[in-house]
Amino acid sequence: MSTAVFKHRADQQAEDNGHTKNYLNAGFSAKSWLLTVDHKRIAILYLISITTMFLLGGIFALVIRLELLTPAGDMLQSETYNKMFTMHGVVMVFFFLIPATPAVFGNFLLPLMIGAKDLAFPRLNLLSWYVFTFGALLGVTAIVFGGVDTGWTFYTPYSSTYANSNVILAALGAFFAGFASILTGLNFIVTIHKMRAPGLTWFRMPLFVWAHYATSIIQVLGTPVVAITIILVALERLFKIGIFDPALGGDPILFQHLFWFYSHPAVYIMILPAMGVISEVICCFARKKIFGYNFIAFSSLAIAMFGFLVWGHHMYTSGQSVYASLVFSVLTFLVAIPSAIKTFNWTATLYKGSISYDAPMIYAIGFLGLFTIGGLTGVFLATLAVDVHVHDTYFVVAHFHYIMVGGAIMGYMAAMHFWWPKITGRLYPEGWARFSALVIFIGFNLTFFPQFIVGYLGMPRRYHAYPEEFQIWNVLSTAGATILGVGYAIPVVYFIWSLRYGAKASANPWKAKGLEWEKADSPPIAHNFEETPVVTEEAYAYEPKRG
Amino acid sequence: MSAKNAALQHHFEDLGQQYESSQLGMWAFLVQEILFFGGLFLGYLVYRSSYPEAFKIGSSLLDVKLGGINTAVLIASSLTMALAVYWAQKGDKKKIILFLTLTLILGSTFLGIKVVEYSHKWHHGLVPGEMFAYSGPLADQVRIFYSFYFAMTGMHALHMIIGAGLIVWLMVKAARGRFTAEYSTPVEMFGLYWHFVDIVWIYLFPLLYLIGRS
Amino acid sequence: MDKGFRFFPDQASSVAGDVDLLYFFLVAVSVFFACLIFFLIYLFAVKYRRKSEDDIPKEIEGLLKLEILWSVIPLILVMFVFVWGATLYFDSYTPPKNASEIYVVGKQWMWHIQHPTGQREINELHIPVGQPIKLTMATEDVIHSFFVPAFRLKKDVVPGRYTTMWFEAIKAGEYHLFCAEYCGTKHSQMIGKVVAMEPADYQNWLSGGAASEPMEVTGEKKFQQLACHTCHTDNANARGPSLVGVFGKDVELEGGVKVVVDEEYIRESILTPNAKVAAGYKPVMPTFKGQLTEAGLLQITAYIKSLSKDGSK
Ligand code: HEA
Ligand code: HEA
Ligand code: HEC
Ligand code: CUA
Ligand SMILES: [Cu+2]
Repeated sequence: MSTAVFKHRADQQAEDNGHTKNYLNAGFSAKSWLLTVDHKRIAILYLISITTMFLLGGIFALVIRLELLTPAGDMLQSETYNKMFTMHGVVMVFFFLIPATPAVFGNFLLPLMIGAKDLAFPRLNLLSWYVFTFGALLGVTAIVFGGVDTGWTFYTPYSSTYANSNVILAALGAFFAGFASILTGLNFIVTIHKMRAPGLTWFRMPLFVWAHYATSIIQVLGTPVVAITIILVALERLFKIGIFDPALGGDPILFQHLFWFYSHPAVYIMILPAMGVISEVICCFARKKIFGYNFIAFSSLAIAMFGFLVWGHHMYTSGQSVYASLVFSVLTFLVAIPSAIKTFNWTATLYKGSISYDAPMIYAIGFLGLFTIGGLTGVFLATLAVDVHVHDTYFVVAHFHYIMVGGAIMGYMAAMHFWWPKITGRLYPEGWARFSALVIFIGFNLTFFPQFIVGYLGMPRRYHAYPEEFQIWNVLSTAGATILGVGYAIPVVYFIWSLRYGAKASANPWKAKGLEWEKADSPPIAHNFEETPVVTEEAYAYEPKRG
Repeated sequence: MSAKNAALQHHFEDLGQQYESSQLGMWAFLVQEILFFGGLFLGYLVYRSSYPEAFKIGSSLLDVKLGGINTAVLIASSLTMALAVYWAQKGDKKKIILFLTLTLILGSTFLGIKVVEYSHKWHHGLVPGEMFAYSGPLADQVRIFYSFYFAMTGMHALHMIIGAGLIVWLMVKAARGRFTAEYSTPVEMFGLYWHFVDIVWIYLFPLLYLIGRS
Repeated sequence: MDKGFRFFPDQASSVAGDVDLLYFFLVAVSVFFACLIFFLIYLFAVKYRRKSEDDIPKEIEGLLKLEILWSVIPLILVMFVFVWGATLYFDSYTPPKNASEIYVVGKQWMWHIQHPTGQREINELHIPVGQPIKLTMATEDVIHSFFVPAFRLKKDVVPGRYTTMWFEAIKAGEYHLFCAEYCGTKHSQMIGKVVAMEPADYQNWLSGGAASEPMEVTGEKKFQQLACHTCHTDNANARGPSLVGVFGKDVELEGGVKVVVDEEYIRESILTPNAKVAAGYKPVMPTFKGQLTEAGLLQITAYIKSLSKDGSK
């Protein structure tokens, strides 16, 4: 078949690729980067933006942990502490994790994976980066001018009437980041529908593409609602319009509904792309077709759809009606099932595989373990009577860090290591990569596992000082965060190092399947492929078809 | 592959694919818009069901005549826009510009009338905020009605202003002869946007102006 | 509330044990599934290590039976958990008839508590063991949340309305009271304690301290001060309806709808009198917004409630 021809040609090219043109050496001027419409370069721009934001958010996290080392709030003023966790949450969620995997890897890989020259709307893609960066700058401005102290959830009437910090700036920052997210999602939807290479039917697509399709749906349907909500909060602050102000007849709980209508689906914006990464990585390093392709593909869609119906599980104690809580609870349990299906299918994929433990795989296995714990504790939270106790305690904090840091960021790191050779054409030092994965894993668990215990003991979140009996757990957690910080610093160093000193990567260093590996160079040329690829087989066909 | 057309962007195979992509993109964008306005409509409905009396009072203070004229103006502009699209598909430069101009005039008329209405409200102290001066029954709840009135019509007007800007851009392109029988996508896509904005008004008008009037 | 090292909070309310039981069940289910998955990963990882560079395993498509199995088993489990959790939640939200009432007002950044008998406390709540207590809660400013970990209960206190919660302490002791909803600068200092006492001690506590005036008496005074009584007399042609005996009953509104007179309705009648107008009356009652604190509102409410108690006037 025609694929065999291509496979070898791509390898061949990679060998003498020192001289070939690729997207990286296609131009060196600032303009060639800042006005680029090449999805691969835009992905790099995003990579730089979000990494900066991650380090910023991480520094806030370290300050939080340092303060919590002792029970008395003796390091910071309580007001400063409140700003720290707010900005940590805002930066990490809106400026790092929501764009992270889609805007970097989705951008870079979608066209490559489906055999297209670019996304459907390249200029819109560039615009989205500018809008995002503008939003991030607004956010940073809010921080520089004294910060915000509302919590990342911006609950009214505190945010709209009482807080006297830079709520509007920070909220507008989130608004623009959201707008960028809509543009990205829109671009992906159209690209996936209309730009697939000949022969690439829906059910031949890599699961990474399915995951991004589901993500895009959420981005397009959910984000506008939070956008208008943010605008209303800003108007409330500016003009006292009364919509969220009980003193003027407004309803503060309405805000919570509107906020979570977006922000619950948003948590799936954060995890679905990472799940897509995991499907790719596991297949590649087990050299095996995914177990239950259809089930994984459809469970992504199911999560995207049902994810819109469960927002009220953040409001069990808010005074919403008991019946509403019942409905939200039962739907939340249902939405956990597709995740369970995915987890089991990934595990089953390993069965009778040929497994190797390169760094991406180690991160992927880390994902499986930590996501499982995070997800299962989500089930605790979905349970009405239990959530009444643990709501707004560190139990919740531990839950979402297990999923967002243990799950989504592990997935993101797996992607970094898996596609780094493709993106830069260089290999990173494997030993260091495995080592840092281990450090991150240990540091992570030490940071967040104690928080489950201290949460069930009743330690409320967003507390700058706490009763002494909680201290021991907090000390463990702070120790863990320090290790975790080191764990994240190591990759920053060796990735940068590898740009100059790393060994050259071949087109397909992992012997992976997929158009981006088999038919494109490392790094790919400006328009991705020498000629439009034709697809003749399903995804992950590691075992060659006989005959 | 069809003959390369100047309007074909590098990453598409042919004009058909490019056209379909634009169309899907535009529809996805409009879905997004629906949810954006949806948030406002939802808030409106929640409060209207909590404060039905106040909403009737608030509504009765609006000027139905101006609102009605505006509705007519917008519907007319939808018609002229549809004609602009029709001529764009035929590639008739003069007619495109003619109908785009008419659409622009009608759109501006709408905005002009809106300004008149807003200034009336301002003089009567019906703008929520420090200036809010209404002191009849249920003042707080009436204020909430007006908050929604301004938020909803304001967002709508903002969409109209953006639309007006885009019309000017289209007129420039049309004057340069960019639209031909083969390629008129931007005009068509803008047409969808304009009709959408009109439809939003078709919902706003009864919800804001006509409730509680019989 | 001993300060030592601990894994697990006190169980001090009638629901705490039930919640913990459900919690342990969830822990067991989670440990089972987590261990199952970790074990399988470990097993496969060891057993199917890549043996040689060009080792390519056989393709396995997937298996419908397995998919159904691992969707349905978790589904059944979580539905079971749902029903269990929901029943408990329902119970912990419906106060028993014989609950005694206490009023709570949250305010940046303290808890203000009034007992119907007149005692007032700040950041402390004294209650008897073995007696169901119902809290009616309001806030002067932003959202707070009343959280007693030893009771496994919390409830947000939302501006513009009342929320309620109830519990029954089963063990004497002092327990943490936290504000669980972020409410501004001193959110972490909005803490206090719940003191559960044996009934006898509680009686002592009640009778100790300065003699205090029952809430309804304070409420009655406010009722006079604000001149409510000028309209709300029992006179048949008074401008306002009589408030005697109305609490807990239905009242007909202009337009025929009926509503129950409860705390929320009284609150609305005082703050936004024109929103719901009692049938047969003109909407002449002025609003008292801004003239009454949440605590004052609760006192007047207590007074109006007392007008409906058997035997009272
Ligand atoms: C990426 C982010 C992410 C993801 C994917 C999830 C996934 C889930 N979340 Fe989480 N959640 C957050 C981020 C996330 N969450 C955040 C940020 C908050 C707090 C916000 C704030 O207040 O600041 C939060 C809060 C939160 C709450 C509110 C808690 C409270 O404030 O009181 C609830 C309640 O139901 C909940 C539930 C769930 C459930 C059921 C899932 C499910 O989707 C999980 C499904 C996964 C599994 C179930 C594991 C895999 C399956 C198996 C191993 C098989 C066995 C399974 C069974 C037997 C069920 N989450
Ligand atoms: C994607 C989301 C994300 C991520 C990645 C993280 C990462 C971390 N979070 Fe985050 N967290 C949230 C999202 C996230 N968090 C949210 C939404 C909240 C709720 C906020 C709210 O209540 O409003 C929260 C709240 C929160 C709290 C609770 C605060 C409170 O309620 O009072 C704590 C406490 O321990 C915490 C800790 C941490 C730690 C230790 C990390 C670590 O994983 C961080 C590790 C990273 C680093 C340490 C940086 C590494 C880099 C370096 C060390 C390089 C050095 C620097 C230079 C090169 C300049 N977080
Ligand atoms: C100017 C006369 C007037 C004054 C003063 C007044 N009220 Fe009223 N009140 C009315 C009228 C008339 C109604 C019935 C119409 C309505 O519901 O608005 C009413 C209704 C009520 C109701 C609802 C009772 C029902 O059966 O529906 C309550 C409760 C109430 N008032 C409490 C108070 C309190 C407390 C005060 C003082 C703080 C007060 N009122 C002062 C005239 C008055
Ligand atoms: Cu009050 Cu937090
Ligand atoms: Cu959620």
